[in-house]
Amino acid sequence: MPCRSCEVTDLKTQERFTPLARFPLHVSRDVVQARQSVARELRDRGVSNIRVTRFSTAVSEIARNVIVHGGGGEFSVYLDPAAGYLMTVSSDKGRGIADIPQALTDGFTTAGGLGRGLGGAKRLADVFEIISSADGGTTIKMGIKL
Amino acid sequence: MPQTDTATILRILEVDFNSIVEEWVGSQIEEGVKRSDLFSDSENRAQNVELLRSFAKGVRAGVVDSEFDLKDTAWEDLRATLSDITKERVKRGVTPTEMATFVLALKAPMFERLKKELADNPEGLIGEVLMISRLVDAFGIYTNEVFINEREQIIERQRLEMMELSTPVVELWDRVLTLPLIGTLDSARAQEVMENLLETIMQRQARVVIVDITGVGTVDTQVAQHLLRTAAAVRLMGAECIISGISPMIAQTMVQLGIDVGTVSTRSSIRSALDDALKKMGYEITKIKGN
Amino acid sequence: MSGIASIHLVENALLVSIQDDVNDTEILELQDSLSRRIAQDNVAGVIIDISALEIVDTFVGRVIAQLAGISKLLDAKTYVVGMRPAVAMTLVELGMYLPEAQTALSLSHALSQLRSD
Ligand SMILES: Nc1ncnc2c1ncn2[C@@H]1O[C@H](COP(=O)(O)OP(=O)(O)O)[C@@H](O)[C@H]1O
Ligand SMILES: [Mg+2]
Repeated sequence: MPCRSCEVTDLKTQERFTPLARFPLHVSRDVVQARQSVARELRDRGVSNIRVTRFSTAVSEIARNVIVHGGGGEFSVYLDPAAGYLMTVSSDKGRGIADIPQALTDGFTTAGGLGRGLGGAKRLADVFEIISSADGGTTIKMGIKL
Repeated sequence: MPQTDTATILRILEVDFNSIVEEWVGSQIEEGVKRSDLFSDSENRAQNVELLRSFAKGVRAGVVDSEFDLKDTAWEDLRATLSDITKERVKRGVTPTEMATFVLALKAPMFERLKKELADNPEGLIGEVLMISRLVDAFGIYTNEVFINEREQIIERQRLEMMELSTPVVELWDRVLTLPLIGTLDSARAQEVMENLLETIMQRQARVVIVDITGVGTVDTQVAQHLLRTAAAVRLMGAECIISGISPMIAQTMVQLGIDVGTVSTRSSIRSALDDALKKMGYEITKIKGN
Repeated sequence: MSGIASIHLVENALLVSIQDDVNDTEILELQDSLSRRIAQDNVAGVIIDISALEIVDTFVGRVIAQLAGISKLLDAKTYVVGMRPAVAMTLVELGMYLPEAQTALSLSHALSQLRSD
């Protein structure tokens, strides 16, 4: 069940938004739930097919990384009405990404993956920010213009 | 005091309405604004009458304590009239400067009359001249805004129309499509072209598509990458993509840029591409005997 | 719970339709059972209908590519059919061209290609 009452804080502005939906990310089913809920929100707001697909693909990549590399975490979707964006925030308390530019390079993987997820997600989203540290885990914010 | 700011203006507009219109039209001719090539005299006069009437209406109801805002409801009529006239003038090719000058030309006949009416009241004269100046200036600025807005809408409409015109997906044969590309391909256009093509493939269940680049001026790395991506996406959907119309120049560029064309089928002319496509569909073009 | 698509034998090919809510665990299970069935049923092809999929990300794309590789070793061809335009564009942007797999517009298109091989 998404928790609708919890608030998220914008990473940069510290502004608080009420999420449209919030999901745990622990098992692979959670990834599907997260990306389908994003797709639904976007379609409800009249976003074109191709843009819905591009952004939900990015969400799928990032959400999977939380489970595979970050040891699980959570995911929330919210609206930034002022800027006209739908935003997502995924976060985990894992070991963090040591070298972000390297992790964004197509083909780089530490887990025998394809290594195209992170860089791909960055190309598919309109907004993409990573905050990561060895002790604080990884938080990734993505946005799509509505 | 506040009320007197527009008292004379309003009286003049009422009593002298017709002659003000005459002079307004006249000053436009003097300043070279009236486009006799675009408007007939009677048309121009009718429009000036309409505008002046709604302007007067606005001044009567829309100026409170010397303050006004053309976005208030009191100015509704003026906005509507202006919007109609602007639309029409933009269509006929009138420029924003001509349009603004047209409005500002209203100042001269108004000043003239205020000077006469308030000859023995210099203070009142200054007040009302300032007021009419502010009003006409606001009127002119608003006109400019409406005008630019209208032009932008036209440009956007034309851009969309051109986009559609310039990227028609044509069904050459049952399940054979062609996309003749013309002009320059930037990223935004390439994206739209690709979307349009892929959607049509799905709708028509097309097996072969010919992307003809005979009409594309230059092929740089970006354009070449877009073409290859389009071809790759077409293949992923289950259709085949043939790129035709590759000139010797473009072939040279592509090789020099080190672009891997290995996986895409290319033909020099749309004719051989069509021949190829039909063969793939199990057809052949043959000469009718005796012809 | 293996709620994943069931595998059908059509002519000399295995057909499977993947549903949009398929998750990573299920898709790996599918790869596993398809690989076994190719050898068991001695088929010429595997047809994966992805027309229901709203997205194919790098994970699913990789599984499909691997499946194509496995079939090839077992002397069968893998056909991906019904990929949506938006999915095709996104995959290309991710740099996934799936060169190992054959593609077709529909099941009947794939079957006719298999027959003519
Ligand atoms: N949430 C995360 N926590 C820790 N490391 C991560 C996280 N997300 C990505 N990474 C690192 O970035 C690398 C690249 O990620 P990605 O491009 O998705 O490739 P893949 O998942 O196939 O390895 C991963 O291999 C991992 O080392
Ligand atoms: Mg990944």
